[in-house]
Amino acid sequence: MSGERTTRSWASFPPHVISEIHRAADQGLYYIRGSGAWRALPSFDDLVFLGASVSRYPLEGYRERCDTDVTIGARYASKPVELKIPITIAGMSFGALSASAKRALGLGASAMGTSTTTGDGGMTMEEREASQTLVYQVLPSRYGMDPDHLRIADAIEVVVGQGAKPGGGGMLLGQKVTERVAGMRTLPAGIDQRSACRHPDWTGPDDLTIKIQELREVTNWEKPVYVKVGATRTQYDVALAVKAGADAVVVDGMQGGTAATQEVFIEDVGIPTLPAVRLAVDALKELGVHREVQLIVSGGIRTGADVAKALALGADAVSIGMAALMALNCNAPLYLEDYEALGTHPGACNMCQTGRCPVGVTTQDPVLEARLDPEEGGRRVRNYLSTLAMECQTLARACGKSHVHNLEPEDLAALTIEAAAMARVPLAGTDWIPGRS
Amino acid sequence: MGTGAGQGLFLGWQRVTVETIDLDVAGVRVLNRRLQGRDEPVAGRRFVVTNAKGRHALAVGLTEAMDVRIRGHVGYYCAGMNRKADVIVEGNAGTGVAENLMSGTVRVTGDTSQSAGASGRGGLLVIEGSASARCGITMKGIDIVVGGSIGHMSAFMAQAGRLVVCGDAGAYLGDSIYEAELFVRGRVESLGADCVEKDMDERDTEALQALLERAGLAADAGEFRRYGSARQLYNFRVDNAAAY
Repeated sequence: MSGERTTRSWASFPPHVISEIHRAADQGLYYIRGSGAWRALPSFDDLVFLGASVSRYPLEGYRERCDTDVTIGARYASKPVELKIPITIAGMSFGALSASAKRALGLGASAMGTSTTTGDGGMTMEEREASQTLVYQVLPSRYGMDPDHLRIADAIEVVVGQGAKPGGGGMLLGQKVTERVAGMRTLPAGIDQRSACRHPDWTGPDDLTIKIQELREVTNWEKPVYVKVGATRTQYDVALAVKAGADAVVVDGMQGGTAATQEVFIEDVGIPTLPAVRLAVDALKELGVHREVQLIVSGGIRTGADVAKALALGADAVSIGMAALMALNCNAPLYLEDYEALGTHPGACNMCQTGRCPVGVTTQDPVLEARLDPEEGGRRVRNYLSTLAMECQTLARACGKSHVHNLEPEDLAALTIEAAAMARVPLAGTDWIPGRS
Repeated sequence: MGTGAGQGLFLGWQRVTVETIDLDVAGVRVLNRRLQGRDEPVAGRRFVVTNAKGRHALAVGLTEAMDVRIRGHVGYYCAGMNRKADVIVEGNAGTGVAENLMSGTVRVTGDTSQSAGASGRGGLLVIEGSASARCGITMKGIDIVVGGSIGHMSAFMAQAGRLVVCGDAGAYLGDSIYEAELFVRGRVESLGADCVEKDMDERDTEALQALLERAGLAADAGEFRRYGSARQLYNFRVDNAAAY
């Protein structure tokens, strides 16, 4: 016998693990990057719809109505948010994103009758002008927190955590902390800006109740108050948010993106969106407030099918972040030499933290930002949202539903045992729900 | 409604009516709606709030210059997110008094709980007694003057503004501080990461004395020591790993 012996691949040390060990040994510090979890996770891809047939009848795809509207925040707010589609734009900061990107998101969302959300660092007037419905985040850092902005927002979102980093604070590396970004956050330009992981003036659900009361008092009880949590102990967190007086709860699964945080957070903290939806709905039903307190789900929503599946599992709306940025050409095969300079390529870029975004989305560099035309970007976001809504309607009609909120778990089957267990729908071709039957 | 015009006071040549709001009758929502001027103008007006009884979120989100005197202890977030208004609490204050204050003044004649002046962006908070933990946490431009002592983790991630303590400071003062200035007359139990003692020159002393006088606290600025950021944690470096 001669020739090279074929070796099996090294399961414990695949190439990306070896590479990370080498990097850590060089730099002595955790790896910081953008976007969400890249590992394979049980997801909405593992579910399929059971379209109507003899036992159920469908709605005519192009003729019969299938509504998509949703009202958020009628529990306590005197001016709840009315959205035409149940797909919102998630909170992303000016700073992490360019002003052009924020404006484009606002224009696109407004054209579709849905909302956008501010982020760490506060509200820019460009964003307010571009967004017909704008949700103002109250974050642990309180960077740029301004009561005047609370009053001109349409809703308030108290951010406890996010799916990419539950229990962790954010960071914005110095290369993105320009004079304008620094000024909004009352920080020196060029520093690595840290965001706290806890709010400075409340701890725990009892305090949160009072914090929400204060926010309502400042805004005359007009604005819906959302509470956003990263998906971990979701059933408890949602229940406590409801108890604290939230009008809506946002649950962000571990596929949710970030502008920059430690990779160990992104990949190893939190639970996927799929089980989080079910746990959140459990909490709402247990308290008798499902549909009264709206559930907004985010983290890895990419297609109209994802939207429809989230709604079928009990969500009232979804929120998109990374996918909306991709609609703005994130990871598009443009300016290839700039991807190369970052050591990456289109389809694999997660270099948001560097501020060198080749397509002008996650940058503060005016040259790079000029590559994103807000008007054209707004058109692309509108088109993308429209596509998601139509796909969702298509699936709902196929299941015989005249409103996308009429989708239900009974319309779904799972392709994997894991998904069946997490989503609590039967494994396809069986009546088996692991752990339940 | 539990509100009513009381006796007029002569302030200089101008007669100013004092409006009394009894919280046992009016409630918090009525109070804030009135003080926020949602139904009629409030600029230049004077209010007395009675029967505070530890209620939360009193006199929050004010936007006009006015005088508000609250009789009794208050709960969480009193005078939070205010602009321009001058608020006096005759008693103690709960968590987060004057949080995110934008401008104006807040004076507490007693002690305060934790997170006093948290993330305040402007204005002046005077605490005549002592403050608990996290006083001035993430402060962003507010001036805080404390007649007594402050608790642990005060001025955590403090970004801008001045925290003045006439008594002692608890452990980890100024942890991860940015550009805020801290002045302590008494003992500092310990300094937090990246917080160091700094020189105090004549200009610093003069500015501090002016602030103390504005706060109405009799103290000699020359007896204080000044603390601030060493600016060693502003950018992530392996050499600082132990501090992260």
